[in-house]
Amino acid sequence: MTEKSNQFPQWEVFIQAKNGGPYEHAGSVHATDKNMALQNARDIYTRRNEGRSLWVVQTDNIFSTTREEEAEFFDPAEDKIYRTPNFYKMPAGTTNL
Amino acid sequence: MKTQEAIYQYCLRIADSNLILAQRLAEWCSRGPILEEDLAMTNISLDLFGQAETLYEYAATIKGDNATADSLAFLRVEREYFNRLITEQPNGDFAVTMVREVLFSAYQNHLYQALCKSNDEMFRGFAEKALKEVKYHLRHSSEWVIRLGGGTEESKVRSQAALNELWRFTVDMFEMDEVDEELISMGIAPDMKEINKSWMKTVTEVFTEAELHIPDLNNVIKGSNKGIHTEHLGHILSEMQYLQRAFPGATW
Amino acid sequence: MTDEQKLVHFQERIDAGEKIEPKDWMPEAYRKTLLRQISQHAHSEVIGMQPEGNWVLRAPSLRAKKILLAKIQDEGGHGLYLYSAAETFGIDRSEMIEQLQTGKAKYSSVFNYPTLNWADIGAIGWLVDGAAIVNQTMLAKCSFGPYARAMVRICKEEGFHQRQGYEIMAKMMAGTNEQKAMAQDAMNRWWWPSLMMFGPHDSSSAHTSESMKWKIKVESNDSLRQRFVNRTVEQAHHIGLTVPDLNLTYNKETRNWNFGDINWDEFWTVVNGNGPCNHQRIAHHIKYHREGEWVREAAVAFGKKQQKQNSLN
Repeated sequence: MTEKSNQFPQWEVFIQAKNGGPYEHAGSVHATDKNMALQNARDIYTRRNEGRSLWVVQTDNIFSTTREEEAEFFDPAEDKIYRTPNFYKMPAGTTNL
Repeated sequence: MKTQEAIYQYCLRIADSNLILAQRLAEWCSRGPILEEDLAMTNISLDLFGQAETLYEYAATIKGDNATADSLAFLRVEREYFNRLITEQPNGDFAVTMVREVLFSAYQNHLYQALCKSNDEMFRGFAEKALKEVKYHLRHSSEWVIRLGGGTEESKVRSQAALNELWRFTVDMFEMDEVDEELISMGIAPDMKEINKSWMKTVTEVFTEAELHIPDLNNVIKGSNKGIHTEHLGHILSEMQYLQRAFPGATW
Repeated sequence: MTDEQKLVHFQERIDAGEKIEPKDWMPEAYRKTLLRQISQHAHSEVIGMQPEGNWVLRAPSLRAKKILLAKIQDEGGHGLYLYSAAETFGIDRSEMIEQLQTGKAKYSSVFNYPTLNWADIGAIGWLVDGAAIVNQTMLAKCSFGPYARAMVRICKEEGFHQRQGYEIMAKMMAGTNEQKAMAQDAMNRWWWPSLMMFGPHDSSSAHTSESMKWKIKVESNDSLRQRFVNRTVEQAHHIGLTVPDLNLTYNKETRNWNFGDINWDEFWTVVNGNGPCNHQRIAHHIKYHREGEWVREAAVAFGKKQQKQNSLN
């Protein structure tokens, strides 16, 4: 952002669709302060009753993995199937497990 | 004055105010200082059109005679509108629109809170729903006025000028006549003197935080209860009523 | 990897149906085409608010007012989604706005026609949004993640736009003779510009083949246009509107409505800035953008003050 551009800082918007549910990323907004960010998020992303609660966080505060890092970050989890219940064989007739 | 007649009149006062302010806010469409604000102002406008419609429907049932929300909204003449004068004032710059929004939504906020306790079930239902909307309008406009008051020298000067310009129309919002007397006696509507006090407290808080000062009241313009308007209303109506007047009897 | 290898890998990803994300490697031409297309799309949404806004204060019923306002609001919102998608390339909105205002960036030419009677609002919803939906449904499948995601959201929200437009037309066609005349007049003026929205014929479209290879587009201009015509002609007849095309005939074999020649001279005149409202639309945008300058400056100044205060606490 150049000084001249006057672009408002960017914020990421997370919406909770219903009480108790997860906050999911909806998109981004621009705003000069947190109140404006919340209100813009409300007007841009929840006009059709999509939300019961909102988070906004400045985009600068979000850190992400890159595509180059994808393999080293996530592939090692691929062969650890013992982390899932179906990996285990139960004796025939076992119930409630 | 009969109660029903008073209720009818009271409906029009609130509904007309909402209609005219909604129309004013809709003028911002494609003209906002940022695109986000276009959406915000049209959202407020939509809430107000909705509120107007609810009360026109109520008024239409009292009036009978095939009256509908639309016939009330579109087919009366200037002197038959009772909107608060502040709502018909031109948008001016963004500061004028936001200061007007603070002044009027704070007023609606306290008025609707009182109507939530009305003996009239329709008013109660209306106020409970509409209160949530105007609380948001008040929040939105207060935050902007605080931003503008504390922003740049220019925004501060513009905001103070807006407040100076609009303050003269605030007395009009609390005027009472025989309609109010009847409804107060029936426990249907509040005493506007009380509303005035809580309103003053709210707006003083906002303007203090925005570092704006409330001007002296040396020019008071009022008359909405009697349908005496500023010159602006006629123009709003001629535009709004154009199709209804040009093609009488057509349905749209 | 060399650039050539990267390009091969990129094409493989596209062919495998993967989505490209902003931080992934991409050919410069892919980036450029998408940036041009997304910003043009964003500007179209925003400029499109003007012809419709022209009737907001004159909408003839409370219901019509609410619907039209909500619709215009959606256009603004869609502009914002699209600006966000374009911003993932590292350009910011103020730069895009400058390109719009200096004529460097285009927007959909259809918004350079005036809205002259209330039925024009119906025609825009039904025809212009109808054409846009055909196009956008295709774009929701495009290879660039942020654009495709914005399109999914936009298509979902625009579901009501076309219906409300058709409803206006249907009501007017069921109304007085004057109303019918207005509806037909709007039909006559908006039909051809709507067909032009799909762009030049495939044979003369500058960007089509590369865009198809990279799945920026997944269908050609002509096939999308034909789909739109097939859908719309029947809808027109259903409410008694005449399609202003003497060459319109139904081909039983192909099950297509064949239509007459599009006036491409008119198309290029408008694209090149000389349509009925080009000047007016941009002048309006510049005027109100300038008038809002002090508000934006105030917000930025206030935000900075607040930040300073927070860091002191």
